[in-house]
Amino acid sequence: MIEATGIKEIIKPENLVYRKTDIMTDNILSYCPGCGHGTAHRILAEIIDELGLQSETIGVSPVGCSVLLYNYLDVDIQEAAHGRAPAVATAIKRLLPDKFVFTYQGDGDLAAIGTAETIHACNRGENILIIFINNGIYGMTGGQMAPTTLEGMKSSTSPYGRDIKSMGNPLKMTDIVATLAGTYYVTRQSVHTPANVKKTKKAIRKAVQYQKLDKGTCFIEIVSNCPSGWKMTPTQSNKWMEETMFPFYPLGDLKVPEE
Amino acid sequence: MAKIRGSIVVDAERCKGCEVCMVSCPTGTIAMAKEVNGKGYYYAYPANQELCIGCANCAMVCPDGVITVYKTKI
Repeated sequence: MIEATGIKEIIKPENLVYRKTDIMTDNILSYCPGCGHGTAHRILAEIIDELGLQSETIGVSPVGCSVLLYNYLDVDIQEAAHGRAPAVATAIKRLLPDKFVFTYQGDGDLAAIGTAETIHACNRGENILIIFINNGIYGMTGGQMAPTTLEGMKSSTSPYGRDIKSMGNPLKMTDIVATLAGTYYVTRQSVHTPANVKKTKKAIRKAVQYQKLDKGTCFIEIVSNCPSGWKMTPTQSNKWMEETMFPFYPLGDLKVPEE
Repeated sequence: MAKIRGSIVVDAERCKGCEVCMVSCPTGTIAMAKEVNGKGYYYAYPANQELCIGCANCAMVCPDGVITVYKTKI
């Protein structure tokens, strides 16, 4: 047994400040060290726990690194074909309108193969929450270039950096979605520092509460890192994300409901 | 003046040693261990445990949710 404990006298149930919520299962996450997926899973689980929605939540997991979402969240999860999570979520929400339905997708899933499903689900104003993890790369398959890859960013299929002339421009999916009439709340956040985690948690809580109002799609982009795909250490990747990703994908609300 | 003291418990076997907690700790409580856990990662542990103020920053950013935080006034 490895000992990694602080002062024993303080460790009492009445002094507890923070522990992992029970909605996160005890399975070891399959993500690489430092990956933002784990943090995003955990804050989503905390919101579900705090609002008491465990039995009313149905999630739709994508194809990508987070395909094993059902192993980590103790709620109902439906697997969807690649990119089709918003379409599956639409069906679930229409058949079971009392449930809270969310999709959790990466950029390869949502912004590449699932562009049509995403845009049309948002345009129809389906009453679901879409969580979009954007790390600018196809993380699971080995770091290939995705539509969201930045100009000049190196990936395994653009080893000299993305060249706009031959490979096209990076896609700002959240900005596109924010222009659609069907969306109710669109925001872009990140989870690499404690302050950003708190902001993202607030955004997810708001989005979950908006579901009850039946006003339209809520869309939350989480700009995340991919230490393995970017070939960096987790702390380096967080720093690189701040310096390079945030100027192109600025954090903040893109569409807020009018009070 | 009441002083706030904190303490953390790291589930070392599930820690992947990403060092994100170490960077976000405002008091420099956390360091990475010199030995590895069962998976071969240099896990995080409270090296300077008397500095901990129980702010829970480390637990908030931990991707694997391995840190539990306690806090009390002395």
